[in-house]
Amino acid sequence: MGWLGLEFGMGDFVLDVNGAPLSVSCSPDETLLSVLRNRLNLTGTKYGCGEGKCAACTVLMDGQATRSCLTTVDSVGKAKIVTIEGLERNGRLSAVQEAFLEEGAFQCGYCTSGMILGATSLLHEHPHPTDSQIVEAMEGHVCRCGTYPRIVEAVKRASRSQTQGVGR
Amino acid sequence: MSYRVEPTEDGMRKLSQERTGMSGLDRRDFLKGLGAGLLICLTRASAAAQESGRTFGGHELPKELSAWLHIAADGRVTVFTGKVEVGQNIRTSLAQQVAEELKVPFETITMVMGDTDLTPWDMGTFGSRTTPTMGPQLRSMAVAAREMLMEMAAQRWHVATASLTSADGKVIDPQHARSVTYGELTRGEKLVKTVTASESLTPPKEWKVAGTAVPKAEGRDFVTGRHKYPSDISRPGMMFGAVLRADGFNATLESLDTSAAEKLAGVKVVREGEFIGVVAPDAFTAENAVSAIQAKWTVPAQPSNQGLFAYLKNNPEGGRDDGPQHVTGSAAQAFAGADLKLEEEYTVAYIAHAPLEPRAAVAEWVDGKLTVWTGTQRPFGVRDELMQAFQLSPSQVRVIQPDMGSGYGGKHTGEAAIEAARLAKAAGRPVKVVWTRSEEFTWAYFRPAGVIEMKAGARRDGTLVAWEHHNYNSGPAAIETPYRVANQVIQYHAAKSPLRQGSYRGLASTANHFARESHMDSMAHLAKMDPLEFRLKNLDDPRLKEVFQAAAVRFGWGRLKSTPERGFGIAGGVDKGGYVATCAEVEMDATTRQVRIRRVVQAWDCGAVVNPDGLRNQLAGAIVQGIGGALFERILFADGRILNPHFAQYRLPRFSDTPVVEIVLVDRRDLPSAGAGETGLVGLAPAVGNAIFAASGTRLRTMPMAPRNGLPGEPEPMVRS
Ligand code: FES
Ligand code: FES
Repeated sequence: MGWLGLEFGMGDFVLDVNGAPLSVSCSPDETLLSVLRNRLNLTGTKYGCGEGKCAACTVLMDGQATRSCLTTVDSVGKAKIVTIEGLERNGRLSAVQEAFLEEGAFQCGYCTSGMILGATSLLHEHPHPTDSQIVEAMEGHVCRCGTYPRIVEAVKRASRSQTQGVGR
Repeated sequence: MSYRVEPTEDGMRKLSQERTGMSGLDRRDFLKGLGAGLLICLTRASAAAQESGRTFGGHELPKELSAWLHIAADGRVTVFTGKVEVGQNIRTSLAQQVAEELKVPFETITMVMGDTDLTPWDMGTFGSRTTPTMGPQLRSMAVAAREMLMEMAAQRWHVATASLTSADGKVIDPQHARSVTYGELTRGEKLVKTVTASESLTPPKEWKVAGTAVPKAEGRDFVTGRHKYPSDISRPGMMFGAVLRADGFNATLESLDTSAAEKLAGVKVVREGEFIGVVAPDAFTAENAVSAIQAKWTVPAQPSNQGLFAYLKNNPEGGRDDGPQHVTGSAAQAFAGADLKLEEEYTVAYIAHAPLEPRAAVAEWVDGKLTVWTGTQRPFGVRDELMQAFQLSPSQVRVIQPDMGSGYGGKHTGEAAIEAARLAKAAGRPVKVVWTRSEEFTWAYFRPAGVIEMKAGARRDGTLVAWEHHNYNSGPAAIETPYRVANQVIQYHAAKSPLRQGSYRGLASTANHFARESHMDSMAHLAKMDPLEFRLKNLDDPRLKEVFQAAAVRFGWGRLKSTPERGFGIAGGVDKGGYVATCAEVEMDATTRQVRIRRVVQAWDCGAVVNPDGLRNQLAGAIVQGIGGALFERILFADGRILNPHFAQYRLPRFSDTPVVEIVLVDRRDLPSAGAGETGLVGLAPAVGNAIFAASGTRLRTMPMAPRNGLPGEPEPMVRS
């Protein structure tokens, strides 16, 4: 935090987002969430609380689910960032996206980007999570519409389809 | 010291009854924008119903319209309705109903919703009204369109209309083995027909598209991040705004120094009367600028959680009580003579809707016309607010509601829209305002808190004879008992609310069901009867009986015996045309008094089911949302300040709180469809409370029942979650 003690000093940053180098000029203290949404127009990443308690803002940083609202832009460095916009490949949904669609695991859908990236990170670490591993890993994610049971099913479905080589 | 009370849904319905259509708006531009094809308009006024076949190229539509539908030359169907999609899945379920009646593939339909320049006037999306009212309206239009197209085909082919059928967007002549698409029939012409409600809707028993689990329209956009919510809207040259908030409710500004904020690059401070805000080139700077403003406020002493319930009982709205709304027999006499009597008080706290997307708006002024993209359940209501705030005519304001990050009754008002419009006007550029979580918690409105006094009397054999139900402040929804009781007094007492309050999913139905169904449970125990048996004994309504029995069978009610570690409870009721019965299983830790909800079975009947998959999603969601208000959600406040305006302090239901949820749908294809967005919420709290009682013998009469901590100065909660 802080950049040569200049509270509102600007810096130039090059971020690796969804495989492309994107440059922004902003304060080093600005959050990654704000940079993605307000400067790069990658609005699939959502604001829900700004304090790490809802996970609507989840992105992958080097494959790890990360709260972009708690991540300042100057702490990103060379990390590879993947947002919800970066999961589709050549018009093909990822296994997790596909599973959320198949299960209808959303209502208003506002939590969905964060849920999908959280689940992607979980399945990367535990390809066959148990129910309690799913609950534990996803506990930080809020779905105010209360779609949790279907989201758990979607994570399981994605886990199965990955094994079968469906999706990615 | 009383906050503006938001109009309740019932109140709004009364106010707005006479208004339909886009009165005052010049619709010529809109009509020019539509290509050739057939336009069907729905009106309630029968005088206007005879305009069949007139061209819509040059003239205005009748003013009193409630929906319209356009079939283009290429066969695309566009349906226009002022309702909004907020996650309840009506974009899909309404399109299904149009597809059903028009006999076109679901995919050819586009729903244009909640845009005040394009869609007919609509009161708003709340009160579970879309399915029972908008559904039949859209179906009527679709039937009229199909009939007109069949007549056109009959004329073209010189055959009798009755010899033709329609399917898949075509009129078919089976005798001559020929067909023509709807688009072809209209080609090159602009046809308009105004219709009133149709009698000849397809009976649900014959539904093929409606009644099925069609996946959510545009679902792919939600899993790819492509869908643009209100807070995602961006306009060329857009700036970012933020608003200075007072230190508390009813605060007075003592001093203000904006110089530090004004020094920031590109920042403009806007002050208009009580409104103080900033615009900046980016959101980060806007936030910094508003926190750089030095303001001193005086906040007067105001009520807090402590003593709230006494305050609500002692402060009737308007300083007087209007007397009971519903009286039959003599409750006092019957109560005096009853064998079994019980008198108790129940309370519900203020809770927040906490939609995951907070209030947001983008405002743009072009040549004196204001366009605002915002998240609201009442786009036309917000248009009215903007007209008033800026002295504009209806044609000078357009409100567009992109499908939003939900509302649950909490987004009836247009605060962010007005703020963005004010800032955009001052900046001369489009401006976006997105409320922070703590702004949403503090400056929106709450579900009303309330006190409910219940008094019941029964004969020794369990027959109810006296029933009194008094609700202070929380609201009149579903206040009347569905049980058979000869002597009743039922009264809602409006009170002055210390906090700003308004609609919430289900309104007071949740509070009234909590009190009534907890009290019924206590009465059953008093009569030494099984709680289900006691209810059925006092119930005539066959639909309510059926859901009670359906839930009980699936749950295993009667087989399951409560122990100190595990309790089973049941509750149910009817509201807004939806019948619900809920069974809950809770697990209790006898030492820590920790409660967990393990399993919930809910049976549901809302008439003919339009989309069973969407319905199950809504009902399971309502149950999960209901857990918060039942067990732990509560707004803490003192002296005009909200003390827990963050997710870290205001607990929301999460994955680990979620029980196994089983939904039993009673699909009544013989009955019209009712809405299902709200009433699925009301059974959970009493079912859980009754299960806790069954396990522990502790009767909990406060919502939330199991907060983590007690309030200052109050005993610690008897049960925790
Ligand atoms: S916005 Fe980042 S956790 Fe809520
Ligand atoms: S679907 Fe609405 S918040 Fe999850």
